[in-house]
Amino acid sequence: MMRVRGRAFKFGDNVDTDVIIPARYLNTTDPRELAKHCMEDADPEFVKKVRPGDIIVAGRNFGCGSSREHAPVAIKAAGISCVIAESFARIFYRNAFNTGLLILESPEASRDIEEGDEIEVDPEAGEIRNLTKGRIYRVKPLPPFMRELLKDGGLIPHLICKYRNARLEDEQLTEG
Amino acid sequence: MKRPMTMAEKILADRAGLAGVEPGELVEVPVDLTLANDITAPLAIKIFEETRINRVFDPERIVLVMDHFTPNKDIKSAEQVRMCREFARRFGIRHYYEGGACGIEHALLPEQGLVVPGDVVIGADSHTCTYGALGAFATGVGSTDLAATWITGRTWFKVPETIRFVYRGRLKPWVTGKDLILYTIGDIGVDGALYMAMEFAGEVIRRLSMAERFTMANMAIEAGGKVGLIEPDRKTLNYVRSRARRSPRIYRSDRKARYREVREYDCSKIELQVAFPHLPSNVKPITDIPEIPIDQVVIGSCTNGRLEDLALAAKILKGRKVNPNVRAIIIPATPRIYQEALRRGYLRVFLEAGAIVSPPTCGPCLGGHMGILARGERAVATTNRNFVGRMGHPESEVYLAGPAVAAASAVLGRIGSPEELGLKEA
Repeated sequence: MMRVRGRAFKFGDNVDTDVIIPARYLNTTDPRELAKHCMEDADPEFVKKVRPGDIIVAGRNFGCGSSREHAPVAIKAAGISCVIAESFARIFYRNAFNTGLLILESPEASRDIEEGDEIEVDPEAGEIRNLTKGRIYRVKPLPPFMRELLKDGGLIPHLICKYRNARLEDEQLTEG
Repeated sequence: MKRPMTMAEKILADRAGLAGVEPGELVEVPVDLTLANDITAPLAIKIFEETRINRVFDPERIVLVMDHFTPNKDIKSAEQVRMCREFARRFGIRHYYEGGACGIEHALLPEQGLVVPGDVVIGADSHTCTYGALGAFATGVGSTDLAATWITGRTWFKVPETIRFVYRGRLKPWVTGKDLILYTIGDIGVDGALYMAMEFAGEVIRRLSMAERFTMANMAIEAGGKVGLIEPDRKTLNYVRSRARRSPRIYRSDRKARYREVREYDCSKIELQVAFPHLPSNVKPITDIPEIPIDQVVIGSCTNGRLEDLALAAKILKGRKVNPNVRAIIIPATPRIYQEALRRGYLRVFLEAGAIVSPPTCGPCLGGHMGILARGERAVATTNRNFVGRMGHPESEVYLAGPAVAAASAVLGRIGSPEELGLKEA
């Protein structure tokens, strides 16, 4: 998992999945379609303002509400590289890793980062760096398997990669 | 000696084949039933197909309910249902519900006897926790976790800590399980049980109908809970006996089980509750509510669309008229509930009162269709979420309540109680 860098977009506590992607748009599973409406009910201009790599910074219980996996999918497809929050709702937490969206819990970063701050996230070192303010917030480094999973794009692509690699090794062994 | 355990710990330990488990431990367990709907199944099918593994672990343990946008609201949602239908046919999935067989999933599955006490159930729908009312470890997951379980028949959990909620005393008139769970969410907050199991106990819970128990377990997720459990008793077993297709397994918490916290409530002090926009925890007792005019009432959903809920609404609406400024939409949760409401004359009461009787659908609860709010409109709903834009326009408002307040508000044209209509006793 490489480092990511972008500007911070701030949101408050209890950002729910209906705000992340309203149910009226759930008649599709196409990530690009979903991305068009990401965070629409909180900030209709959000999608237009986001540049690839930008970062969402929120308060407590981010992603509460429905189990829709469309929520992390929409965030990722909108170009967001990482979500930092004080805490995440349970189903969203699992869905984010499963769909390859980098998320980190850091109450300190959640409080200190301001809208527009330039942020660099290094999941391997366990550091969130606020380049605007010149501060570093420490988090637990992501374990190697989770970084690998995120690099592959989520649980299923990760399993397909692993399975393919294992099969290649098998074939090489039989051929050798 | 074995360490005393909570219900949640016992179910997970037993199913994982372990003598005991502790909160925080990761366990892998076989899954008794999986569920997805017309929103989450298409995504799971896409993910399943990416793996190119062309088999499911057990078609009998896969349930697909096309309830969210039924009757299909547009071409895209019809296409999503077609994709699910073809998947069901391809893999011989019998528990596929669409059209006239379709009901709201969390009312339908228990009614059809598909879930029994002691089950481990995962559903790609956050309100899967409803089956905790039967003593099943049931929780919501995303489409990827679900697709993985379609392949392996297993999933992993972190064993949750448990908060025990004990309800004592006698309920005030018209107060139901909905008021108790709203009160509880108001007490602990929307992340008050984050990652944890909630256990509902006490004499009041034992006296509640199964419908009210489902309502309470249903909203555990609204406090961040992983599951909302109620110990099975005679009432549970009576409910399950006539319907179940498998044998129940009864798990009860040990007397000395370790809880994260035990909270006790004196229910004789709990009034009818209303959750104001835009969080389910933003509750106020009915007597503290100013005059709030409303445009719509919705009685239904996986939270409160059961026969008992309709009976309560019928009692209040009988011989009365829905206020001309209000659209009252009543949604029996399943075809069987619809028929029974017809047989008992509730539907006639609703129609004579000027209400709309809708076919079973999740529709308006999630702002899907069949009752969407315009800018600035307000609704009283027996549903489970009042987030920004949940029932329509981002500037509309949803007030959550039980069926008694919803029905009374429909007549009054503002948020109010049955007592304001001169009805003293339920």
